[in-house]
Amino acid sequence: MKQQINPYLRLSGLEPLVIRPETNFVNVGERTNVTGSKKFARLIREGLYEEALSVARQQVESGAQILDINMDDALLEGVSAMTTFLNLLQAEPDIAKIPIMIDSSKFEIIEAGLKCVQGKCIVNSISMKEGEAKFIEQAIICKNFGASVIVMAFDEVGQADTKQRKVEICHRAYKILTEQVGFDPEEIIFDPNVFAIATGIEEHNNYAVDFIEGTREIKKLMPLTKVSGGVSNVSFSFRGNDHVREAIHSVFLFHAVKAGMDMGIVNAGQLVIFDDIEPTLKELCENVILNKNNDDNSATEKLIVFADTVKAKGKVIVKDESWRKESVEKRMEHALVHGITNYIDSDTEEARVKYPKPLDVIEGPLMDGMNIVGDLFGAGKMFLPQVVKSARVMKKAVAVLTPFIEQEKEDRRNNKAAGDFNQADEKGPAKILLATVKGDVHDIGKNIVGVVLGCNGYEIIDLGVMVSADKILTEAQKHNVDIIGLSGLITPSLDEMVHIAKEMTRLKINKPLLIGGATTSRMHTAVKIAPEFEHGVVHVLDASRSVTVAGNLLNQDLKTGFLGDIKSEYEKLKLDFGNKKTAKKLLPFNQAQKNTATINWENFVPVQPTFTGNKVFDSYDLGEIAAYIDWQPFFIAWEMHGKFPALLKDEIIGKEATKLYHDAQALLKQIIQEKWLSAKGTVGFWEVEKTAPDSVNITGTNMRLEFLRQQIKKAEGQPNLSLADFIQPDKKDFIGAFSVTIQGIETHIKRFEDNLDDYNKIILQALADRLAEAFAELMHKKTRTDFWGYEQNENLTNEDLIQEKYSGIRPAPGYPACPDHTEKYKLFELLGGEENTGIHLTESLAMYPASSVCGWYLAHPESKYFGVGKIEHDQVIDYANRKGMTVEETTKWLMPILDA
Amino acid sequence: MNYNIKDLLKERILIIDGAMGTMIQRHKLEESDYRGERFANWHKDVKGNNDLLSITQPDIIIGIHKQYLDAGADIIETNTFSSTTIAQADYDMQEFAYELNVASAKCARIAADEYTAKTIDKPRFVAGAIGPLNKTLSLSPDVNNPGYRAVTFDEVVIAYEEQIRGLVDGGADILLVETIFDTLNAKAAIYAIKDFFRKNNLPELPIMISGTITDASGRTLSGQTLEAFYISVVHANPLSIGLNCALGASEMRPHIEELSSIAKCFTSAYPNAGLPNAFGEYDEQPHETAHIIEEWAKQGFVNIVGGCCGTTPDHIRHIAEEVSKFKPRELPVVLD
Repeated sequence: MKQQINPYLRLSGLEPLVIRPETNFVNVGERTNVTGSKKFARLIREGLYEEALSVARQQVESGAQILDINMDDALLEGVSAMTTFLNLLQAEPDIAKIPIMIDSSKFEIIEAGLKCVQGKCIVNSISMKEGEAKFIEQAIICKNFGASVIVMAFDEVGQADTKQRKVEICHRAYKILTEQVGFDPEEIIFDPNVFAIATGIEEHNNYAVDFIEGTREIKKLMPLTKVSGGVSNVSFSFRGNDHVREAIHSVFLFHAVKAGMDMGIVNAGQLVIFDDIEPTLKELCENVILNKNNDDNSATEKLIVFADTVKAKGKVIVKDESWRKESVEKRMEHALVHGITNYIDSDTEEARVKYPKPLDVIEGPLMDGMNIVGDLFGAGKMFLPQVVKSARVMKKAVAVLTPFIEQEKEDRRNNKAAGDFNQADEKGPAKILLATVKGDVHDIGKNIVGVVLGCNGYEIIDLGVMVSADKILTEAQKHNVDIIGLSGLITPSLDEMVHIAKEMTRLKINKPLLIGGATTSRMHTAVKIAPEFEHGVVHVLDASRSVTVAGNLLNQDLKTGFLGDIKSEYEKLKLDFGNKKTAKKLLPFNQAQKNTATINWENFVPVQPTFTGNKVFDSYDLGEIAAYIDWQPFFIAWEMHGKFPALLKDEIIGKEATKLYHDAQALLKQIIQEKWLSAKGTVGFWEVEKTAPDSVNITGTNMRLEFLRQQIKKAEGQPNLSLADFIQPDKKDFIGAFSVTIQGIETHIKRFEDNLDDYNKIILQALADRLAEAFAELMHKKTRTDFWGYEQNENLTNEDLIQEKYSGIRPAPGYPACPDHTEKYKLFELLGGEENTGIHLTESLAMYPASSVCGWYLAHPESKYFGVGKIEHDQVIDYANRKGMTVEETTKWLMPILDA
Repeated sequence: MNYNIKDLLKERILIIDGAMGTMIQRHKLEESDYRGERFANWHKDVKGNNDLLSITQPDIIIGIHKQYLDAGADIIETNTFSSTTIAQADYDMQEFAYELNVASAKCARIAADEYTAKTIDKPRFVAGAIGPLNKTLSLSPDVNNPGYRAVTFDEVVIAYEEQIRGLVDGGADILLVETIFDTLNAKAAIYAIKDFFRKNNLPELPIMISGTITDASGRTLSGQTLEAFYISVVHANPLSIGLNCALGASEMRPHIEELSSIAKCFTSAYPNAGLPNAFGEYDEQPHETAHIIEEWAKQGFVNIVGGCCGTTPDHIRHIAEEVSKFKPRELPVVLD
């Protein structure tokens, strides 16, 4: 497969900003605009540029991804104001990191701005209002500066107000820019003019609809272009009433973004979440924006009346607090063991004053408390969910002490300089670096390992997900870490881990390497990773075990013996693997292809799905989905094993499992009610014809699905299965595909992280995974009983579904029945790509958001799940040929099922 | 140019030459050598103005070019790193900027044509070197006044346009904007190139762009990450984007790996001969440098390789030998 470059809009400040199809709405900070912000205008007029920079900084901090800068003021010399401000801004890396949008109605000011910025800017804006010649000239200049352009829907006649004019003007500009000036389509951004609505003038009532519908048409006609707009214009008639304005903005954006609006100039940090708007206000806003029920301005009137009635609300909570009467040490211990954060700040402060040095608080009562937690956990009397809560308390306490510890270090350094110095031991705790490898997006397990190790006194450097080998190793060297831990969930991550082991050898990073995550195994670690790196590679099964492993590796007396044991164990495994390999019998591929499943097709008539092509389900009801949750894997994520719901009554873990279950249920309820997450699903069906034993063509297209076939020698009468066996030969049949994803987790994760709340963060991540799986189950049911409708009278309970008692299957590319991940490209193309599915495929073909599921639908009653198992090189060659891939590339992707 | 460099780049990894300064030092030239007859009475010392040697000692410059061509270089750089009105101001020689470029381009042209004639299946190219200037557009030289700039964008564009005119008139095949530590300076150079060819209604020469990552942070001196830098200059629609200077090959590796994964054009890399030692000298040996670069070629990271500060014809010969075994990096498919 050749490397591919996608047609995305790419901008830069000091750092890149790539706007991908799955990028949500891009916020352009608007406060650095003298026409929109009185404060900013005053600061610039008075020459208080330093303070003006703080306005820019505030925009960046509240989430602006691009900064709009405008100096159009009659009292200002625009060119010099723009130059001065931008030159100063370049010296502020925390602001200059994001791209700049240079905003002016005077082209000379735009040019002045472009001359100050090293990154790739957006020019806001150019238009055809002074004719084509001028437009082209300005566009060429922008292009020579490498800037993207916003084209305003404005021509010789005037500003476009109707949908039709907006589309016409934008399309005309598009043709000129792409055909005459040489712009790539993705570099063009349209501003189809946001005008004020609810002004009392009836002709204005449809302005928002014209914008929204115009946007929809523009994106349909010119899909790679972007649409932007000045959002606050729309609510101009409600100025002075920020509460209502924010609601209008949010409702407007909700609809405009759905129609294809990519970015907007907004007051970053002041957007309300759509679902947080009270229902009455939301409905009133919707009527005004969508111009519904608005005869005689009645919707407008109602919104004005409502605007005055908005009131604030409050809440009270009570709790049992008897443990508060104990000594501060006891209280801290109690808080740690029970995971209570309410008082930890003040208790820590009290202890800090009591003890000679802030570090003594950590090494005294806090470590004592954590040791109790560690002992209880080790003895099986505390469980992972509780440990994670304890960790949260610990983190909060350390956060209180950190500034004092830093201060003390500083003082010590100064004293040292003064010659009055008593050397203190500054050696910190052992450092462990954790990362989910490049191309992989899953990190629940890694997060849990981080928390557990953190509880045991190690300093954790967590690099997050999709981390390149180079970054992992550079950071490892920079921080001089003691252990490196890698995590991965999908099979291509295994190769990446091997690569990292090789790189560690090449770069002579002689620190032990821990391997973990669902796709990893002791066998793979022993056979593929350990031989690449000789300074210790250990596969760690779960978080509980990570503590012992880290302890052994960091104790100089134990390390050598421990690694020696592991090494001989792995060498034995490798030897066994080698022996087993030769023992296992594989059939020649042409023979396997003859031994297909014996299905009697004689009287078979395929059921015709109710539709062909795709259906997209946006914002599917989470409540309905939640009923299909399989809870057992949720508890497995927390290392609580057992059957659900029996495990809630288990003698040992029952009590804590029940608590966790309640906390998860409560969070789930909140997620559903407050719409934290949104579920998006895509389902499609296509007529197919089987063109070869393992090849299925999508009728009427040149897309051919390729399947892999079992090659292990079977007992007499047992078939060598391939999914293609379940498709009727020689006659028409059907296949389906689906994807489901749970979106919107990022902001909530961030919030929990900021609150040092790993407990709820991990619950949330695990719930999102469960919801995605449940949604897949629900969609499959609907497919069987309705969309495809081959099993209309099905009557199965959720338990039956979990036990896969249904008819027909939904295998996922990359998993045992069709282990080639690269078939996902076809699946997603059929489903309409990222736009329809809301899912981005990484280079390793992991799906992002991480809580996503996809698969094929096969309906034949005899279709069943199976594993392809090991295959031979002859099948690889045949398969590579069929796929039009090189054997080398194919081998890489199929490595996990090759006997190499 | 009778040969299409794009086609050649698809066939094999091309070699760009090594350091000019290191080779000039070997001649141990004195003030009078720099001045030659023509500038014997110049009112300022000119020793160290290496670009001037293209006028006063053209045989030395042509000789160095030939040594690199003999070592296997496909592309040689003109001796014009500082041939702009802005950089020549140090010697009060602004007025000769155009002439310096013409003279240097001619020196390289003579040497390249001689070698092309000798090895007809291995055409040699002259890259007009456009250096970074001694004044920056994104950074203030005055720490107390971060908004101050020692030069304006327009002044930089004028200076570069004059340099470009000289290089084109002297016969350069390629324009090479190199050692970019402030991206805005490079954008001014790109602007000048686009403007020059459009104004004069000439077909544009291929453009090579080469940035400089200054330290382990992986950023340019003006603070950009590598990807941000790439995005900021790719509108030049260049033949290649790459990295040179500041780092030795082993420090440059992760950056060239990253670049090869994002660049839609060809990639180039010509590192220093390691990092300077305590005396500011480069002592990485030719086989050492070549060994590291060989691995890049093996991994498919690069299309053009060579050397920067401290490298010699010997380095280039070793590099050329090592990489000749490998196929060049394949251009990615640009989707639309």
